[in-house]
Amino acid sequence: MVEFAGWSMPIQYSSIVDEHRATRSAVGLFDVSHMGRLRFKGPAGLAFLDRVLTRDIRDTKPGQVRYSLITNDEGGILDDVLVYAASGAPSVSYLLVVNAGNRDKIVAWLNAHRASDEFIDESADSAMIAVQGPRALEILKALLSFDPARLRYYGCTSLDWGGVPTLVSRTGYTGEDGCELILPASAAESKWEQLVAAAADCGGRAAGLGARDTLRLEAGMPLYGHELSEDVDPYQAGLQYAVGLKDRTFPGSDVLASKAERPGTERRAGWVLEGKRVPREGYAVYYRGEPVGRVTSGTFSPTLERPIAMGYVPAQLAAPGTQIEIDIRGHRAPGETVRLPFYRRSS
Amino acid sequence: MQPQNLLFAKTHEWVHVEPAGAEKIATIGISHFAVEALTDLVYIELPEVGRQLRAGESFGEVESVKAVSDLYSPLSGEIVEVNQQLANRLDQLHDDPYGAGWIIKLKVADESEMSKLMPHAQYEKQCAEEGH
Repeated sequence: MVEFAGWSMPIQYSSIVDEHRATRSAVGLFDVSHMGRLRFKGPAGLAFLDRVLTRDIRDTKPGQVRYSLITNDEGGILDDVLVYAASGAPSVSYLLVVNAGNRDKIVAWLNAHRASDEFIDESADSAMIAVQGPRALEILKALLSFDPARLRYYGCTSLDWGGVPTLVSRTGYTGEDGCELILPASAAESKWEQLVAAAADCGGRAAGLGARDTLRLEAGMPLYGHELSEDVDPYQAGLQYAVGLKDRTFPGSDVLASKAERPGTERRAGWVLEGKRVPREGYAVYYRGEPVGRVTSGTFSPTLERPIAMGYVPAQLAAPGTQIEIDIRGHRAPGETVRLPFYRRSS
Repeated sequence: MQPQNLLFAKTHEWVHVEPAGAEKIATIGISHFAVEALTDLVYIELPEVGRQLRAGESFGEVESVKAVSDLYSPLSGEIVEVNQQLANRLDQLHDDPYGAGWIIKLKVADESEMSKLMPHAQYEKQCAEEGH
């Protein structure tokens, strides 16, 4: 168990690699209750979110989930978030899911930018479980009495799971198909146990923070505090699709408008290395003997069985096929720049 | 080898010393507890035969998906043998840490350093405390 943003969480239940493989081949269960959940109500809530999010979500309809960023006045990334438009009486509400380590910062930021609009921090009263992998929809269908295949990718719905109000979304952070469930904290333990039993029946298991990291890395997904920070703008990170500048403003939008025309020099890139040594955060990236960038995340990919890493280098060196070296504690491991993601599921 | 017959360093290496003619030879490896804590081993960096080590000096590293850890020599001496097959058989560190998973053998330079190492029971107590 480790301390993570004030939460005590397992790096692994058994083995990172076993949990990783179970998620790729069957199903992995992730207790992601540490993620922050903030609820905004009605059209006023949507209007407020529109004033702080980089993404234009004004056309979001109930049942849709959107990925967005929150930027500071300089266009640096404060957090990457999901916005759920959840239908419910008497009107639509919007759930903002933020990174655990950023929750206090984002709550303060939102309070500083709101007029009279209230939002409710539901993080402590709710739980969040990710069910990910090729067998995920099948076990959920049996448990929920609802076929999650009816949801589109990044779709969501509210349902009654044996008396427990549950928000189900077809989202995840592993590169696999699957869902994330948000439910009252009081019901979380019994529902988690039901999921663990159903997962075990098809070769799945609970997975910890370690596997969550190796899975998202293979899927080429950035992680706040590593690929994303206040020193990185959305264009460097390759997240321009989450920025909507037309007919709207938000903190940093003027800076981002100029960056859209004249992007900064660095780009996020991915590398596959030779050998077995693991490139880790902070290691230097070399091109033709010169240091050109740095690793922000790295691991030994259980699927590729090769060391992989993401990081930042000058844009002209981020092209797939570029040969680089990474300094692994004094040893230069050769590698090649590849197109992200490292892993794409077959179906 | 039985762990009960070994000495342990705080840094989770084990030692078994036996006489070889006029010399004392120490076989060194890492404990089952350490291997379990690392899990998912991917790489081991082994030293060269002939290298002189001081007690507490790093002689290699073992790397897992999660982290990289230095290997520290519990005793001073010259490396006389290295278990080269470990490079391709990391599973032996896990499956047989006190046997086929040995890492190096040293010609012991100073037997008195053994007094700084722990018997198994004391080492287990340390592990129990670290486990929490």
